Amino acid sequence: MTDQTPITAKDDTTSAVLVQNLHKNFGDLEVLKGVSLDAHQGDVVSIIGASGSGKSTFLRCINLLELPSAGDIIVAGEAVRFHPPRPDGNREPSDKRQVERLRTQLGMVFQSFNLWAHMTVMQNVIEAPVHVLKIPKAEARDRAEAILERVGLIDKRDQYPAFLSGGQQQRAAIARALAMEPKVMLFDEPTSALDPELVGEVLRVIQDLAEERRTMILVTHEMAFARDVSSHVMFLHQGLVEEEGTPEQVFTNATSERCRAFVQTVGR
Amino acid sequence: MIDIIVQAKPVGIEWLSYSPPGWGRNLLQGLASTIQIAIGAYLLGTTIGLLGALGKLHGGPVTRFVLEVYTTIIRAVPELVLILLLYYAGTDLLNRSLAALGYERVDISGLAAGIYVIGFVMGAYATEVLRGGIQAVPVGQIEAAKAYGMPFWQRYRRITIPAMIPFALPGMANLWLIVTKDTALLAVVGFTELATVTKQAAGTTREYLMFYLAAAALYLSLSLISTVFFRWLERRYRRGQAVPA
Repeated sequence: MTDQTPITAKDDTTSAVLVQNLHKNFGDLEVLKGVSLDAHQGDVVSIIGASGSGKSTFLRCINLLELPSAGDIIVAGEAVRFHPPRPDGNREPSDKRQVERLRTQLGMVFQSFNLWAHMTVMQNVIEAPVHVLKIPKAEARDRAEAILERVGLIDKRDQYPAFLSGGQQQRAAIARALAMEPKVMLFDEPTSALDPELVGEVLRVIQDLAEERRTMILVTHEMAFARDVSSHVMFLHQGLVEEEGTPEQVFTNATSERCRAFVQTVGR
Repeated sequence: MIDIIVQAKPVGIEWLSYSPPGWGRNLLQGLASTIQIAIGAYLLGTTIGLLGALGKLHGGPVTRFVLEVYTTIIRAVPELVLILLLYYAGTDLLNRSLAALGYERVDISGLAAGIYVIGFVMGAYATEVLRGGIQAVPVGQIEAAKAYGMPFWQRYRRITIPAMIPFALPGMANLWLIVTKDTALLAVVGFTELATVTKQAAGTTREYLMFYLAAAALYLSLSLISTVFFRWLERRYRRGQAVPA
């Protein structure tokens, strides 16, 4: 098994994230059976599919929170280097520093926010810029204020996350990701843990980011939203891409029967 | 005419006066030793506990086995026995190995030995308290630290340890109180701390009730002050936690 595939010059310059033929096992269970994705600068890629289709696992493989068993992950032209597979079939990255560096370019937003509970909103937002990117604190603070202003949380900057609503927490988490000035934003079902009346405020922030042509990969159950903001949609079924294309194609002209049924039942 | 100067024998509370014939000064010196040992042992125990917890959570099979033996044995054997064992056998072993290596024997100060012995015992308990604290930190917060590119040690220093403190503090406050009292066990190896001094004072003057009550009052005030301190610490570290309605 080769560690790296040669990267063509085209990929090098245009793909923000390129994933080729990704496989992932949990024990004997193969959750991803060869999924590829090519997100160019400015693309908004939505990944949809039923629970258990592997869409979250796929997203978490991109920043190595899950270890893939085979396939290539290339972030901004740099391929992740792996050790040979472990007995369980999954591969450890061979260069931890490389993984840490690549992660700083991938701004992750989690389903359950995962804000650091012992820090205020402001401290959450400046933590990684100051301690990972080594940006001077004053500068990080100025930048954080602008971002918090933008997500509408400037007056909550000195609050602890536990005292915010779910929607506010998720907007704070988005601010935390933006503060890293990542090349790509990764959203893992960002509205699934929210009360229905709080979904809108978070989607508005994400839409705002999409409109400024920020590169994003988004796992979501919000079909109408995916249709509106995406440049490309992938429908995953049992660890494989069953249908993909423009929102138009996937939501109205899907060739796959399953995709049509899924979009109809979930999308309403 | 001969003046016979008779020093008046102290009565009641006068036994506790600071200068002789009162024993106040000795008692306070004893208390100072007690506090010194307690602080030293607590810092040592916390360090051992932190390393032990990390070893149990991230170590290989050998590390985990060694730590399991350590926490099991130390927590199973009575502290008095451990103190006798570690104090006498420990210094003996040290000097034998020094002799075998051709070095001269060393005299370990009572203070250092006391700190080492009690710290080593407390480390076993602290390992478990801190392991529990670390495991109580929501996985998502550690995952977020990973996702933003933090290396292992930075993740521990910036996220895991501060996040675990509110969970570990009640247990660690308990251990502090236990350590302050365990110092009294060092009396059996002849180390001069509050309990030894009290025993001497009571034995010499036969004012048992007075001196043991005085010692009890000193231990009590130490623990009351500690409790206030730990309560303040806990409030400080729980700032980020919502109060249950």
